[in-house]
Amino acid sequence: MKPAPFAWHAPEDVAEALALKASHGEAARFLAGGQSLVPAMNFRVAQPAVLVDLNRVSALDSLNFDAAGGLRIGAMCRYRRIERDAEVARHLPLLVEALAEVAHPQIRTRGTLAGNLSHADPASEMPAVMLALEARFLLRRQGGERLVAARDFFLGPLATALAEDEMLAEIHIPALPPGSGTAFLEVARRRGDYAMMGVAAVLRRGPDGRCVAARLALCSAGPTPILADRAAANLVGTRLTGEDFAAAAALVVTEIDPMGSVQASPAYQRHLAGVLVPRALALAAERAA
Amino acid sequence: MKVTIRVNGVEHTREVEPRLLLSDFLRHEIGLTGTHVGCEHGVCGACTILWDGAPARSCLAFAVQAEGHEIRTVEGLAPAPGKLNPLQQAFQDAHGLQCGYCTPGILMTMTAFLEDNPKPDEAQVREALSGNLCRCTGYQHIVDAVLLASQA
Repeated sequence: MKPAPFAWHAPEDVAEALALKASHGEAARFLAGGQSLVPAMNFRVAQPAVLVDLNRVSALDSLNFDAAGGLRIGAMCRYRRIERDAEVARHLPLLVEALAEVAHPQIRTRGTLAGNLSHADPASEMPAVMLALEARFLLRRQGGERLVAARDFFLGPLATALAEDEMLAEIHIPALPPGSGTAFLEVARRRGDYAMMGVAAVLRRGPDGRCVAARLALCSAGPTPILADRAAANLVGTRLTGEDFAAAAALVVTEIDPMGSVQASPAYQRHLAGVLVPRALALAAERAA
Repeated sequence: MKVTIRVNGVEHTREVEPRLLLSDFLRHEIGLTGTHVGCEHGVCGACTILWDGAPARSCLAFAVQAEGHEIRTVEGLAPAPGKLNPLQQAFQDAHGLQCGYCTPGILMTMTAFLEDNPKPDEAQVREALSGNLCRCTGYQHIVDAVLLASQA
């Protein structure tokens, strides 16, 4: 229950952090909020020889809106700052609504969004929310950077598109167009636990009230967060009635691949998806009105 | 490596390994054993301290990371030896503890919570308490104690 020894580096700028990661390669891990990595180290499930601690890289603790109204969140921006930001709550209520389900306030004090996404636990809420919001991730390495769409980032349980020398440096979330409504719902055994099933819904109505865009993303629904593309496509053009939501739920259940756990069998997880999807869609549709 | 950490307003300098958890620094290096260690993976809340005023798990941070930050532990709550602050007094008056193992973490969580929400309702207290496990009280008396403190 104590971490194995490691060498600790606490650089103060991004270039130094990237250089350290490049020189130590696989032996090194970036340390952000530490709310997933440190428990894993305490259990000795993770035994990195080197920690490149980003907590002193103040340039990474950023949260701002770009000219197009999109939100940019730096690697060291903590959940606590995001969930308390009035502008975030106004423009991206889905993010704040889902953050309330992420562990507990004490964890959100130090935990970071970028750290959570890099950890890529398929049961975690935030990866699904990033899919629903069509986020893109700025991956930086020494001498280069690239933008990767959230849907191309999550490759499997705890597996991402990050190369050995790359850092998830910034999260880009585009502005939601007018007429949008969002909702996040989950069922967990206890408050703050990982969800047995969670649903993020994003809907947009056109001037006639019909659905012009829809996205549904689920957590604890497979080896990665799952985008239910067919169910979402089927909603476009509908009047967003209860029947449309039931039809979407029936499709979602065929698109997910829940893995089951000690708390819930895959069959029960599918049942939960069937219950939560119509509820989340109804809420999002009401908010899009 | 050498680290200087400010705890309850007092600076402590020690030679530590980077892997030393902040919880173990508090208990074993400077002898502040009021911070309890339960699960050591961030679930139980017994080790909750205030990190720059915000509640955090001291078992999920390394002591070396705390340099330059203000750490507050349960020892920092009482106004004087033998005296209790209003929140501590409310826990005594409302029977908010039995074995007491979880109490320091809950006091720190609720100290920050009451600063943010001086007049909470019961639902808000229960939500704020969700990150601290207690196996004795059934929580009701803890909720009562926090509400009592908020009325003081």
